[in-house]
Amino acid sequence: MTLIQRRKLTNLMALGLSLLAMGFGLFWLGWILLTVLQQGLAGLSINLFTQMTPPPGAADGGLLNALVGSVLMVSLATMVGTPIGILAGIYLAEYGQKSWLGSATRYVNDLLLSAPSIVIGLFVWTLVVSRMQTYSGWAGIAALSLIVVPVVVRTTENMLLLVPDSLREAAFALGAPKYKVTTSVVLRAARSGVITGILLAVARIGGETAPLLFTSLSSQFWSMDLGQPIASLPVMISQFAMSPFPEWQQIAWAGVLITTLGVLMLNILARTYFRQKN
Amino acid sequence: MSDSKDVHIEFRDFNFYYGRSRALHNINLPIARRKVTAFIGPSGCGKSTLLRSINRMFDLYPEQRAEGRLLVDGVNVLDPGTDPTTLRARVGMVFQKPTPFPMSIYENIAFGVRLHESLTRAEMDERVEWALNKAALWDEVKDKLHASGSSLSGGQQQRLCIARGVAVKPEVLLLDEPTSALDPISTMRIEELIDELKNEFTIVIVTHNMQQAARISDNTAYMYLGELVEYGITDQIFIKPQKKATEDYITGRFG
Repeated sequence: MTLIQRRKLTNLMALGLSLLAMGFGLFWLGWILLTVLQQGLAGLSINLFTQMTPPPGAADGGLLNALVGSVLMVSLATMVGTPIGILAGIYLAEYGQKSWLGSATRYVNDLLLSAPSIVIGLFVWTLVVSRMQTYSGWAGIAALSLIVVPVVVRTTENMLLLVPDSLREAAFALGAPKYKVTTSVVLRAARSGVITGILLAVARIGGETAPLLFTSLSSQFWSMDLGQPIASLPVMISQFAMSPFPEWQQIAWAGVLITTLGVLMLNILARTYFRQKN
Repeated sequence: MSDSKDVHIEFRDFNFYYGRSRALHNINLPIARRKVTAFIGPSGCGKSTLLRSINRMFDLYPEQRAEGRLLVDGVNVLDPGTDPTTLRARVGMVFQKPTPFPMSIYENIAFGVRLHESLTRAEMDERVEWALNKAALWDEVKDKLHASGSSLSGGQQQRLCIARGVAVKPEVLLLDEPTSALDPISTMRIEELIDELKNEFTIVIVTHNMQQAARISDNTAYMYLGELVEYGITDQIFIKPQKKATEDYITGRFG
């Protein structure tokens, strides 16, 4: 066997293995999506968006209060977590890149990024819920914000570091002060990447259940009062999916489909946005 | 050149350090007002370092440090009392690769002006047009001022960067190999532009292109290994250099 033939064979084998690995991943993903579609479409009806979650004993109902609760908590958590995350990311990339404070922040942020979300739920429970003596939407928002922050910090820092130093120098060379260089030039150049990071963070907290179990709990009623327990899609899904009633399980499947589609759409949005801008 | 009234910038016993390593050794160099001065020499000789000292770019990097004196109009700008942002308003710079900001052509120019002056809308429009005219770019972009700066060709981007620098109305323009990333036609346009601009600005240019230095500069400094080997009127440097090292370099025997 010649050298060329051996190389071709190695190439073929490596290619085959990676295709196999990809197929393995796609197989399960496809199966999951297929099941979600099959089971979810059957339960998809207008009632989901117009009726409240059914009380114990009742069979039919919707997910309106859970949808509203989720949208409320996710958007507020994004509003709280995003500015903190962007500011910290700017600090890490532009100011404290090599300082000990920067390294410490980066390390803690990585820990937070990989912390199991149930731990964050428990943390907020001890800090907020046990003191306020009540589960509340605010506690849920606190927990979700804590998940948003590290994601946004990481993507913001990475995106700012991708901006070439020559662009910074060019802005400095015009006599711009550092804050101006950072906000008007560097952040602007990294804009699409930073927005992508925010969208991905939203997608992430949209599907989180564990941190809400100990914080916002749940509610079967229509409520926009964030001082009280409030329903959310993921918590409802877990409750209904575990229930013995087939009607409730059907609603849970429909909720799964809605969440999946929402997250999928956010991901696609993030990716197309990023690609267009680059 | 020897007339001290016409000296705009002057290095005196100037040393430069990257951390502990010394990159420039006792540079003494006067730069004439409203002339083109070229820094030539092989890669790593310190010509870019010397150029970037004039607007104190090294302030951005804590491990870089300058010693000695650097006089602009007789005032030592290395003095801690000198505000680098004010200095940079007087000393503009154009880099090797075009660096349009992520904004429109108009905003690219207005950005720098707004840092130092507050103009009305009409005044700003006028300034933008003036700067683009100075950079010989107005006719090409006047109908798309609100298009993104990065939508221009490389040569146009570089002229946009020159316009951006000129718009602030500096006294000095530093050009760090401004044509090395451009095609010959764009290079020619920039060289013509430099010839125009020297009526109003003191221009210092770093170039790897010997013919370019010979074509456009009035004075030339030849540097080697962090030292100023020879400095004089360009024609003399190229036709009858005083030192053998300079002759070897410009005749292409090395470098």
